[in-house]
Amino acid sequence: MLELIDICFERNHKKILDHIHLTLDEKKFYVITGPNGSGKSTLAKIIMGLEQPDSGQILFQGKDITHLSVSERAQLGISYAFQQPVTFKGITVFDLLKIAVGLEMTEEDALELLKKVGITSREYLHRELNRSLSGGERKRIEIASVLSRHPMVAIFDEPEAGIDLWSFQSLTEIFKELASTSSGMTIVISHQERIMKLADQMILLENGTIKKIGDRKEMLSEILEEMEDAYE
Amino acid sequence: MNDVDKKLLNQIMEEDVTKEEVYNIRKNGACIARKENPYIRITNKENGRGIDVTVKENTLFGTVHIPVLLTESGLVDVVENDFHIGANSNVIIVSGCGVHNQHGKDSIHDGIHRFYLGENAKVKYVEKHYGEGRGTGKKILNPITEIYMEKGSSMNIETVQIDGVDLAKRLTKAQLQEDTTLTITEKIKTSGKQQADTDFVVELLGEHASCHVTSRSVATENSYQEFRSNIIGETVSYAHVECDAILKDQGSVKAIPEIYAKHVDANLIHEAAIGKIAGEQLMKLMSLGLSEKEAEEKIIEGFLK
Repeated sequence: MLELIDICFERNHKKILDHIHLTLDEKKFYVITGPNGSGKSTLAKIIMGLEQPDSGQILFQGKDITHLSVSERAQLGISYAFQQPVTFKGITVFDLLKIAVGLEMTEEDALELLKKVGITSREYLHRELNRSLSGGERKRIEIASVLSRHPMVAIFDEPEAGIDLWSFQSLTEIFKELASTSSGMTIVISHQERIMKLADQMILLENGTIKKIGDRKEMLSEILEEMEDAYE
Repeated sequence: MNDVDKKLLNQIMEEDVTKEEVYNIRKNGACIARKENPYIRITNKENGRGIDVTVKENTLFGTVHIPVLLTESGLVDVVENDFHIGANSNVIIVSGCGVHNQHGKDSIHDGIHRFYLGENAKVKYVEKHYGEGRGTGKKILNPITEIYMEKGSSMNIETVQIDGVDLAKRLTKAQLQEDTTLTITEKIKTSGKQQADTDFVVELLGEHASCHVTSRSVATENSYQEFRSNIIGETVSYAHVECDAILKDQGSVKAIPEIYAKHVDANLIHEAAIGKIAGEQLMKLMSLGLSEKEAEEKIIEGFLK
């Protein structure tokens, strides 16, 4: 169980997260949505430890992790897929997966992992993780690096951002699979109906506060209507 | 050869050199072992300061190892080696300098390597530098490489200098004729108070000559590095210079680009980026369970791979 207790986060005199209280259960698939600037990404980063809250507390399985580093949280089983996958010079796809798994790993094991995210060519393993890979490819590899850790909490920050519609369609398949097979908690930040449809629970953020939280069945149509209104 | 020699040799050469087909091992200014074959000859220069390596025309898959060992503190070794690569040959040349300085005097190795590539010759040249020993004497290297490339030839140079050398001044000069390609990759890591300078002067003289320089370096502690490149495009030609440096601690790096296009179709590009390890790279690897220090090591290891 992951508990956020009274989390506040302010930057440049703007309240990004304003007294957030949230309790998330193991084995559930959550989708966090809301307008741009509502605090979704910051919330995800605070769970991973990439940002420190100004006040409040985070409990993971009853343990206070508020002041633990990113590495320590990763070792406890929390994992995070970056919205903009990080590029490296000289580090290959295979290198990254080896680091992610943390054990000796064969090329076959790595290929198996990549297959799950729709990459089947062995040639990818030895490519550098740089901008010669397309946005969609980098996203898939980023997701593979998270899945390979079999995390207890897997956070995906806008998996749809920066990729074309074709790539996105096949990405939703990965999340569909994840929703049905994952033994841990999944948190996806998304604006996409296809992803929202997979959720057990939805969380709607607005201006740094939780506007609504509940079952997908109750919330989805309402949220989609609101999005349409906002669009008009 | 004693144990120190063997250890040094192993540090600079990955394989057992004495099992190779062609080699020349120089220790403290004199040749201590040599082997030739019918296609690749090694002869002493008349002034005694180096060797001539002559590769016959059409020699394929030739490999030449020419390690240099410096184990006497206070020795100034000056070596002049010339490589004459016959037309249509394809050879690999591995050179390297291992310095073991256990005493208080400076060990200095000044080497000039000149490469004369015949038409359509292909050369891969690998240069490694390694210094060890607890003496206060400095380990100083000043390698100069001169390259003359005839029509259709290509050369690939890899230089690696990972720690251990106190002061290195490296100068590479090249003249490229028609349809030639020169690729240079250098990797340098300095620490302590080490200083490493590299200087490239490449003249693209013939049509469709091209040059690619990639420099990746890491400057840690109080070390200092300087990278200069000067590419001159006299005609229809192409050059791409990429200088990337990572800084740690109080390390500093200066990159001085100079490109001079003398022809409307000379296409010359210089890119340079210097900075500390990107925070997001550290964060990504930490989010995969590495500590900050481990993440830093992985990033540097990959960068210099």
